[in-house]
Amino acid sequence: MAVELDSSDYRRREESVSYSVEPAGMGETHELLTLNIGPHHPATHGVLRLLATLEGEVVRDCKPVLGYLHTGIEKTAEDKAYWKVVPVIERMDYMSYYFNAMAYCGAVETLLGIEVPPRAQYLRVIHLELNRIASHLLWLGTSALDLGAISMFWYCLREKDTILDLFEMSSGQRMHTRYFQIGGVMEDIPRGFAGKLKKFLDEMPSRADQYADLLEKNQIVFERLHETCVVDEQTLLKLGVTGPLLRATGNPWDLRKAAPYSSYDHFDFKIPVGTVGDNYDRYRVRQAELYESTKIISQALEGLPEGPFITPDRKVALPPRHELATSMEALIHHFKLVTEGFRVPPGEAYYPIESPRGELGCFVRADGSSKPARVHMRDPSFHNMQALEPMVDGTYVADLIAALAMLDPIIGGVDR
Amino acid sequence: MPDATGLELIAHELRDGNAEAVLGTEFARDRAVILAAPEHVRFVIRSLMDKGYTFIPSVHGVDYYPEEPRLGVLYEMMDMREVDRISVKARVSTEDPRIPSITDLFPGANFDEREVYDMFGVVFEGHPDMRRILMPEDFEGYPQRRDYPLGGEPVLFTYNEEKNYGRWQ
Amino acid sequence: MEVKREVLGSSLPGMDPKHDFRARQLAARDMLRGDLEGEALEQYVRDSVLTTTVDKAVAWARGNSFFPLTFGLACCAMEWMHVIASRVDLARFGWEASRASPRQADLIILSGRVSVKMAPVVRRIWDQMLEPKYAISMGACCSSTGVFNNYALVASDKFMPIDVHVPGCPPRPEAVAHGIIRLREKIQATEKPGWRERYDAVGTEEILSEETIARQSAADAAIGVFPGGDTAGVTGA
Repeated sequence: MAVELDSSDYRRREESVSYSVEPAGMGETHELLTLNIGPHHPATHGVLRLLATLEGEVVRDCKPVLGYLHTGIEKTAEDKAYWKVVPVIERMDYMSYYFNAMAYCGAVETLLGIEVPPRAQYLRVIHLELNRIASHLLWLGTSALDLGAISMFWYCLREKDTILDLFEMSSGQRMHTRYFQIGGVMEDIPRGFAGKLKKFLDEMPSRADQYADLLEKNQIVFERLHETCVVDEQTLLKLGVTGPLLRATGNPWDLRKAAPYSSYDHFDFKIPVGTVGDNYDRYRVRQAELYESTKIISQALEGLPEGPFITPDRKVALPPRHELATSMEALIHHFKLVTEGFRVPPGEAYYPIESPRGELGCFVRADGSSKPARVHMRDPSFHNMQALEPMVDGTYVADLIAALAMLDPIIGGVDR
Repeated sequence: MPDATGLELIAHELRDGNAEAVLGTEFARDRAVILAAPEHVRFVIRSLMDKGYTFIPSVHGVDYYPEEPRLGVLYEMMDMREVDRISVKARVSTEDPRIPSITDLFPGANFDEREVYDMFGVVFEGHPDMRRILMPEDFEGYPQRRDYPLGGEPVLFTYNEEKNYGRWQ
Repeated sequence: MEVKREVLGSSLPGMDPKHDFRARQLAARDMLRGDLEGEALEQYVRDSVLTTTVDKAVAWARGNSFFPLTFGLACCAMEWMHVIASRVDLARFGWEASRASPRQADLIILSGRVSVKMAPVVRRIWDQMLEPKYAISMGACCSSTGVFNNYALVASDKFMPIDVHVPGCPPRPEAVAHGIIRLREKIQATEKPGWRERYDAVGTEEILSEETIARQSAADAAIGVFPGGDTAGVTGA
């Protein structure tokens, strides 16, 4: 006797979604309008559908309809060997691909109980922070585009192109690089990477200053963003929101400082925090994080230790190719790893990291075979979406668009 | 994470409050899990929230096929003051996949519980809006259960190329 | 090592002197001053005029000023943004005026994975676009299902006609630009891109000629479809 919700009355249940938000005193002369800001819309950041109930131009209710990008990544990951899951899981939150891989690799490394060598940890930090800058730059470009400052898009993408060049230099691919492997990183950085990275780091603060000059004290941006869509800290904490949204309200919660992973405690950086929790604070927090990430990368680059770039445990990481010619054991390990993959002892692990949008966690359940039994990503955008309703309640439609931009949702992460 | 003894203390206190609430504890690799009986999961969560674990980053489902009870719902809880994490696991069977919802205790579990319903079929009683969130509304089946097929299309080689059904003419 | 120096623009041996850039430049300068006379003037006019058909000229113009639809689905949309950005500049081809409304757009670029829930939406947007319209399927996920071969995705050419598939996951901006150039060649080579010719179809409201009716009935009979849905006359499978 399974409890079944009858799927044929979904129409009736859809009807109850948002249409009944009638404030008192609406006579026969007024009616609420339901506007479908559909999955295809130039200003939603991806395929997000919003059912907005409007009274005139004022938004009374806003229900997001998700699932237009659901890819079944978690189910696909159950079908692949542990190291083959990395490219699949990277494509979840498609702007912070290194973070997805980091969370997953961290979870599996916890289950295996292996240590990541320090050089690999520093390289991971460098790439993670570069990805954070890239994600914030794209957010800045597209948000400014939504607000009307169209030329910011080209400026920010110019920097992002430089960052993607760096990624291409270290791993061969611009996006979804499969650079993080279980136990470390795929390959050491090539000659010339450090020089190019240094050049980028020297330029980045001045470029960020230029973007700030364009937008920060601009009267139009100020009036669009200041004092709009304020949500207080307790509501956000109750909704499970972390990341720059929470930091904009004044709560300095950042997993890089609170529960450091992958040698983040070796670096000295600050956490930018807002005061009021309006759109302007969210913008300022992310803008300031650009500078902080640059600092982290330069510290990591200077202090980059020598050593292996992947764990020396041959049961988990592929042996270097020159060993295959001389050592029989290396050949056997290589064969085993490539065909079946390593086996992980049974257990469960949840590994949270701080992604550009908030807490990104990966839950992996291993059942002793060479394929994971369950991979679940706790995606920050999925939970940040719940904050959209309190943000836009009672504001104008234009503020809804600005709020969506400042929320920074990545629908790939929302829908997985 | 609370260490093993800390976890036992917490479980002890919970059992003092409600004797049937805690079915057991698990502790492995710095991960503390409290196994809760599904009917009393609200009591467990509320007590843990009173102890300081006020933030619930994730509610997700796991299919423990073929072990019974099959469907597990995991609540990852976090204490932001002490920076401490603890998990609560409640397992239900597919014959009676019902569990009370915690959306009034923690509104952020709203979308999470809808996703667990969508993917595993666990019905959360008391949820304000229990419908599918990621799959289309009229989808049948619960995709992330282990016995649901992965789906997809067979890879086309020369011998089965002609059978590529549905290609736009 | 011997270094060979040449004056820029001078003719290589065997090259038609008409194509000499410098000579043409000087001829243009003389034209503007009014100094060209007689045969040189005739030659200049002959060189400056090209004859073509209206269809070819329209196709050329159409290929160079295309309005893509602002449509981004997933990761490939990030690389699509890089195509529009300054390094691989889409405005070089004249394609930078992206339209938000499908009624005003010529090209839909499916950049990203098309899930089962999104496929009817994409199809509806495609139907809303006006002829002539083209589609580029960018990336592996919409061409086939890419990395994910599972219950949730559908390849885009199962529900709509695609003109160019660009492989990659995600394809480099230069690869997308290559796809765009190939599409542009296709557009500029097609003289009559109307839907009647492309699909060999007629509108339901039109009054058909006898010849068209006969031709279409013959085509239907060949695959076993008869007016009124009567398939009794068909033998075999």
